[in-house]
Amino acid sequence: MTAAQRRWVFLAAAAGLAAFYLWGLLGLPGFGRYPGPYGFVILRLAVRQTSATGIVSAVNFDYRGFDTLGEEFILFAAAAGTGIVLRRLRGERERPAVDEAADRDVPPTSGAVRMAALACTGPVVVMGWWLTSHAQANPSGGFQGGVVVATAFILVYLSGEFIVFKRFSPVHLTDAVEAVGAGGFAAIGVAAVAMGLAYLTNYLPKGQVAGAVSSSGTIALISFFVGLEVAAAFILIAGELLEQTLLIRRGS
Amino acid sequence: MQYFPFVVVAWILGVGLYGVVTSRHLVHQIICLIVVQSSTYVLLLGVGYVTGAVAPYYFDVPVHTPAVDPVVQALALTDVVVEAAVTALLLSFAVQAHKRFGTLDPQELASLKG
Repeated sequence: MTAAQRRWVFLAAAAGLAAFYLWGLLGLPGFGRYPGPYGFVILRLAVRQTSATGIVSAVNFDYRGFDTLGEEFILFAAAAGTGIVLRRLRGERERPAVDEAADRDVPPTSGAVRMAALACTGPVVVMGWWLTSHAQANPSGGFQGGVVVATAFILVYLSGEFIVFKRFSPVHLTDAVEAVGAGGFAAIGVAAVAMGLAYLTNYLPKGQVAGAVSSSGTIALISFFVGLEVAAAFILIAGELLEQTLLIRRGS
Repeated sequence: MQYFPFVVVAWILGVGLYGVVTSRHLVHQIICLIVVQSSTYVLLLGVGYVTGAVAPYYFDVPVHTPAVDPVVQALALTDVVVEAAVTALLLSFAVQAHKRFGTLDPQELASLKG
């Protein structure tokens, strides 16, 4: 198919899609007139039931906890898939992570980049941890916090070299952390079943003050495990892509 | 104005799809797919919006203040995570495709065999 034919097919399909979209739009309530009821019901009940003031986290880690478990395993599978797709293929070799031509003139990482990356690393870890541990209070949670923590490891790579990144995040350790994160979430749910409750029931004490770090029972705990899983998954994905670029070469 | 956000959704979706169809580079195509998916964020948040309401966080506002729908916001979060996962996988496929066929042009890749 030529590019022009392809464009015509696209235009015809797009016209059909636009017609369906318009048809659907006519049945929607206008912008700003959300009719409910599910969102409103949850807004009324969530603070009393879960002691969490971050209602989005309450939805994610409690009311829709089972869906979030699936979502977490999508990320788990994607990290594993990236590792499999980017493996060393037949006819490729992995060269050691050392400078093979120590005498050549490599432009060193500039002092400004190194300084800025190092200065950011600590605060970024703290911020990631803060986000992970405040799911029940603020617009935060394990997913956001985990990604921010993974950024800290990318900063280590930026400020140094790949070998330093590898030393800070050895694959077997990152793999283990990822497994603990994914398994911990599932285990919290299984514990509820063992107590004779429904899967992922929020069985821990909810605390006295709504929105406190110690409040909201399993929501805080699940957010912690999700943070571990997400951070480890993104470090693994980044590591695989970097390894592919820097270490794997053609030839045997 | 009542339907303006949904028009924006259609525009982002259309632009992204056009990019996917006409792309000449796999990485560009993957980015276009991200654009397509961004339209779903706008759609989800637009559907759940309530005029004059606050974000669904009662940390520093009294409980029972009217807030926007938290369920679609949670769905948008799911959407973002899935997008990140899909993008990572697609990019690693692009790396292997380039290694194997020496090109990243989807229209040339389509004419290759095996």
